[in-house]
Amino acid sequence: MRDSFVYLDHAATTPMLPEAIEAMTAQMATVGNASSLHTSGRAGRRVVEESRETIAQALGARPSEVLFTSGGTESDNLAIKGLFWARRDADPRRVRLLVSVVEHHAVLDCVDFLEAHEGAKVTWLEVDHLGRVHPETVRAAIEADPDSVALVSVMWANNEVGTVQPVAEIAAVAHAFGIPVHSDAVQAAGQVEVDFAKSGLDLMSVSGHKVGGPQGVGALLVRRDVTLVPLSHGGGQERQLRSGTLDTPAIRGFAVAVQHATANREATSERLIALRDRLIRGAQDAGFGVQVTGDWEPGDGIRRLPGNAHLLVPGCDGDSLLYLLDAAGVECSTGSACQAGVPQPSHVLLAMGMPEQQARGALRLTLGHTSTAADVDAFLAALPAAVERAQRAQVATSTTAKPRN
Amino acid sequence: MRVVAAMSGGVDSAVAALRMLEAGHEVVGVHLALSQNSATLRESARGCCTIEDAGDARRVADMLGIPFYVWDMAARFTHDVVEDFIAEYAAGRTPNPCLRCNEKIKFAALLDKALALGFDAVATGHYAQIVESPSGTRELHRAVDMAKDQSYVLGVLDEEQLARSFFPLGDTAKPQIREEARARGFYVAAKPDSHDICFIPDGDTRKWLTDRLGEQAGDIVETDGTKVGEHSGAYAFTVGQRRGLHLGQPAAGGEPRYVVEVQPSTNTVVVAAGELLGVDTITGEHARWCGPAPEGVVSVGAQVRAHGEEVPATAWADGKKVEVRLERRIRGVAPGQSVVLYDGTRVVGSATIASTGTHRPPAVGPVSAQIGSPA
Repeated sequence: MRDSFVYLDHAATTPMLPEAIEAMTAQMATVGNASSLHTSGRAGRRVVEESRETIAQALGARPSEVLFTSGGTESDNLAIKGLFWARRDADPRRVRLLVSVVEHHAVLDCVDFLEAHEGAKVTWLEVDHLGRVHPETVRAAIEADPDSVALVSVMWANNEVGTVQPVAEIAAVAHAFGIPVHSDAVQAAGQVEVDFAKSGLDLMSVSGHKVGGPQGVGALLVRRDVTLVPLSHGGGQERQLRSGTLDTPAIRGFAVAVQHATANREATSERLIALRDRLIRGAQDAGFGVQVTGDWEPGDGIRRLPGNAHLLVPGCDGDSLLYLLDAAGVECSTGSACQAGVPQPSHVLLAMGMPEQQARGALRLTLGHTSTAADVDAFLAALPAAVERAQRAQVATSTTAKPRN
Repeated sequence: MRVVAAMSGGVDSAVAALRMLEAGHEVVGVHLALSQNSATLRESARGCCTIEDAGDARRVADMLGIPFYVWDMAARFTHDVVEDFIAEYAAGRTPNPCLRCNEKIKFAALLDKALALGFDAVATGHYAQIVESPSGTRELHRAVDMAKDQSYVLGVLDEEQLARSFFPLGDTAKPQIREEARARGFYVAAKPDSHDICFIPDGDTRKWLTDRLGEQAGDIVETDGTKVGEHSGAYAFTVGQRRGLHLGQPAAGGEPRYVVEVQPSTNTVVVAAGELLGVDTITGEHARWCGPAPEGVVSVGAQVRAHGEEVPATAWADGKKVEVRLERRIRGVAPGQSVVLYDGTRVVGSATIASTGTHRPPAVGPVSAQIGSPA
């Protein structure tokens, strides 16, 4: 059995920052519902509001624009459904959703839901071979029928291949038609510069545990002039848009993490870019014809997330590689969603024009604040044996395999 | 050894994984995803490879502290088992998909992938025993719990496959297995046994086949060609079948009539009174031997369905073909079923039934009735 892990799956979740753990656990020891009027309640509310201000400042928003949620998925749900219903209520012609094909399932499945149950129409925004949505694609989709558009949603950075999207340009295009824009910035926050006001976005989702905060907390940034229909009703917390007692300790841990991640962002990015490039080069040099997907240029941390390395290994199933690397003490991901535990070929890679067979050999390695050169080297050392075995395993299970006799 | 424990989500494979771990092996749990559309199976409480079953298997693996993976073998399973099942029925035969799955998936695709990934063997929750012979070869034997014995569906495994297989439950009675699961706190301890064919969740094979092969109206005739009824697809009938014929008038002697032949080329179902139905010669093809192939004429026990009785017989193997002569007639032997041959408790091998016949007069008194599902 192994005694140490090499954790290369920071895009799934990254270890909590010690400062965030300290702040959160200290808060857990106190009593107080932030909605209560007595002294304990006021103390809780003060923590929540200070956290809100911290997050607003770190992400270029006003405090009143920060709405606490249970995480990225809830933020995306509230953004897509809440904005769709509000826009359609104001004008029944607005039923068309303009959404990129490379979104996370938290957005894609909201869109599918609205299409199936609420009469929404969808115009999928295609991407290029790097996984990028072009502002002109958005313009053309709007111009086909501007009055029918309810919203545009394009993620800030892709969770699989790390491609950073031109969200500010896309927002500018949509705003020329008076159409609001949402962006899922769960992977981008803390990794690249994310400034809500400068971006021009109307709605933006962020998550606590991707920036070194706790799991189960996140925020939706909502520009002050944007109207949403709430999904959860009750006590009227968070501007009546998200009822439910606020998770004060988690919010405090989240705020501390966001503050730290953004304050150290440039130094961390620089370090992660170097590690990422070392990893990609090492994998390419291993001699298996490993390819890197998406927009990679050594030294760049603007067009691709600094901590994202997404590789294609020919002749392998990603899940075999995953098992073999896990057995060798290296934890990573195929990057795409599972259905009942079965890895599906990535919709992102397919949208980028990759054949299904090639897409099955995807391996995502994501670096974060605890990553070291030793982690990268451990992965590179484990890779050759894993690839050789995974290639043999794919031959053994291929549908065209020779019968045994 | 490094062992893949195939975990279906049921109690048997859970205890099999536990026993491999307790025997000191390095165990990794693997659940096979076999359905290409798991979302439709999700609503079903029966069968296997539903999302709940995968979750149950994962929970047991977590309790055992072993890694757990879901391997997608749906394409292979569809091709080698499901499509084969449909094609066999369409050709008028009655296949046993469990044997096919063991031959092509569990002890082929799964085993091959495991070996390629660096494992030494596969362990399953089948009730059967592997016994090491004095010469060091591994023999397949019946389980001690005859009510649960699954050696029949494993009769397709060759020596090479047996050398890489473990059946840790074969020496124990089922109630004890449940007790063992309960003692370990597995909440699958009380989970009902799976029956039927896993890819036909509601158990209605005829409807399932009709959905895929379409309705094809045809005649039901007696052996002399007299038309006695109609059907909506000959493929849905099995030799030995009595129910579901919906014949208007009874036979001359008042005896119930059974299907004696399915003729796919003319879409005709032939029926006859029970007496005609017994057979005592079987020609098998696609023979597979669980050890060395028998030489010359050998005395064996022959079994033609999973929980059918064993009948004394002699067998003569010639390459992939086997001729079996039973010591008495048995009913309901359909082409496509497998005949598995035993020597005492040892499984000698198996063959797919190509044709049947008779060589001695019917026994006095009622012949042994074995009408029922082939599974």
